Amino acid sequence: MGEKTPLYQQHVDAGARIVDFGGWDMPLHYGSQLDEHNVVRSAAGMFDVSHMTVVDVTGADACTFLQTLLANDVARLKQAGKALYSCMLNPKGGVVDDLIVYFLDDNRYRLIVNAATREKDITWISGQVGSADVTINERAELAMIAIQGPEARNIAAALIPAEYRDAALALKPFFGLEAGDWFVARTGYTGEDGWEVVIPSVAAAALWDNCIAAGIKPCGLGARDTLRLEAGMNLYGTDMDDATSPLEAGLGWTIAWEPADRDFVGRTALEKVRANTERQKFVGLLLESKGVLRNHQRVVVDGLADGEITSGGFSPTMQRSVAMARMPAGDYSHAQVDVRGRLLDVRVVKIPFVRNGQVLTEI
Amino acid sequence: MSELPGDLEYTNDHEWLRKEEDGSVTIGITDHAQTSLGDLVYVELPELDVDVEVGGEMAVVESVKAASDVYAPVSGNVVAVNEALSDDPEKINADPYGDGWIVRLQPTADGDGETMTPDEYQALLDELES
Repeated sequence: MGEKTPLYQQHVDAGARIVDFGGWDMPLHYGSQLDEHNVVRSAAGMFDVSHMTVVDVTGADACTFLQTLLANDVARLKQAGKALYSCMLNPKGGVVDDLIVYFLDDNRYRLIVNAATREKDITWISGQVGSADVTINERAELAMIAIQGPEARNIAAALIPAEYRDAALALKPFFGLEAGDWFVARTGYTGEDGWEVVIPSVAAAALWDNCIAAGIKPCGLGARDTLRLEAGMNLYGTDMDDATSPLEAGLGWTIAWEPADRDFVGRTALEKVRANTERQKFVGLLLESKGVLRNHQRVVVDGLADGEITSGGFSPTMQRSVAMARMPAGDYSHAQVDVRGRLLDVRVVKIPFVRNGQVLTEI
Repeated sequence: MSELPGDLEYTNDHEWLRKEEDGSVTIGITDHAQTSLGDLVYVELPELDVDVEVGGEMAVVESVKAASDVYAPVSGNVVAVNEALSDDPEKINADPYGDGWIVRLQPTADGDGETMTPDEYQALLDELES
């Protein structure tokens, strides 16, 4: 018996298959993971992501504190509501967690961090405060629903409190809006348009039920995983962890190297990795034949050390198997993967594979 | 929980067998097995006319979640495979005891392989549920 979100009963009543995820009892699917995947690519689906951790960082030193805590630079956030994806590193340059930070105002930021790393993150963040004038406030009383898909905003708009509806619809991608005791952000983990809505736990079940009544299909963690894989979005603990540099997890774009004197945690170690031309690279793989690539399978390139699949699976949108893998340095466009004792050909391709319903990889 | 077909035999590995009139045995996975696996996306079938030993790997069914071996419930020669599964592995989800059959074997050893009656298999499922 794990922790339960405020929507647990909704999941059980809908016939969800419940699994443990980072200590939480969460829905894997409600019947068909493939149907749930496809509805997010073609219409609108929703996910209970209340297990994720909302942490508000407030105080006069909030900005400078986060500039030290995070590898990306919150000083880039000038407009209220603007979001930034970042890694939080340890001194060795490994990833403590990945997160989204929203700029609410000069003294207030909201972080959304992973569920399985909740305790570690809170301890780590609190441990970095020192003498800074900041307060770290975990908002365990909040629930979160991710409503995703090309039709998601259109359908869900009617469920946003009327006085905030127009402002919510006007949100640009990667912006959020404080809407009374709700928070609506145009963000997600599927590669589709949509909103993530943070609401008081007591209001979660009503919003969920209203979304269903409006035609938004409940989707489980299974579809969430295949959607994020197609969208080329990393999963913490799978694609990167405390011992992995973001530079070797395809997350170099999230590191703000300038200004050069911003001394964020992990910077010194990361600069050494950056200078190493033999560092591992992070690539996309497309299986040329039928079959399914899986996490931890060995990737073989002639004359080089083995690589490893960090996230692999079947892409329902492409009807082929794809993967993300950590590979040795070198120039190659083809490789082979050891799939249950057989070496199958894979093509090295760009990540992401799918965005906004469109397949980006040439099949 | 749907009722188990009464004309089949079952195994510990959640497979079913149907003895055909010509002495061959048709094999698939049970409703319980397909439910546990989730949506199937790939099935690896054996070559025709290959001999398999009881307990040996005979086919692989892969779902969105995981790959799972299908073991030979009896020793035999592969006389037919369900080619339709190559393009439509979800037939196993939709109709595990019918269109979702996987392999047909001609047994080569008499009476090897342990099977259960529907009642015995139901008891195993009840135990798993509790």
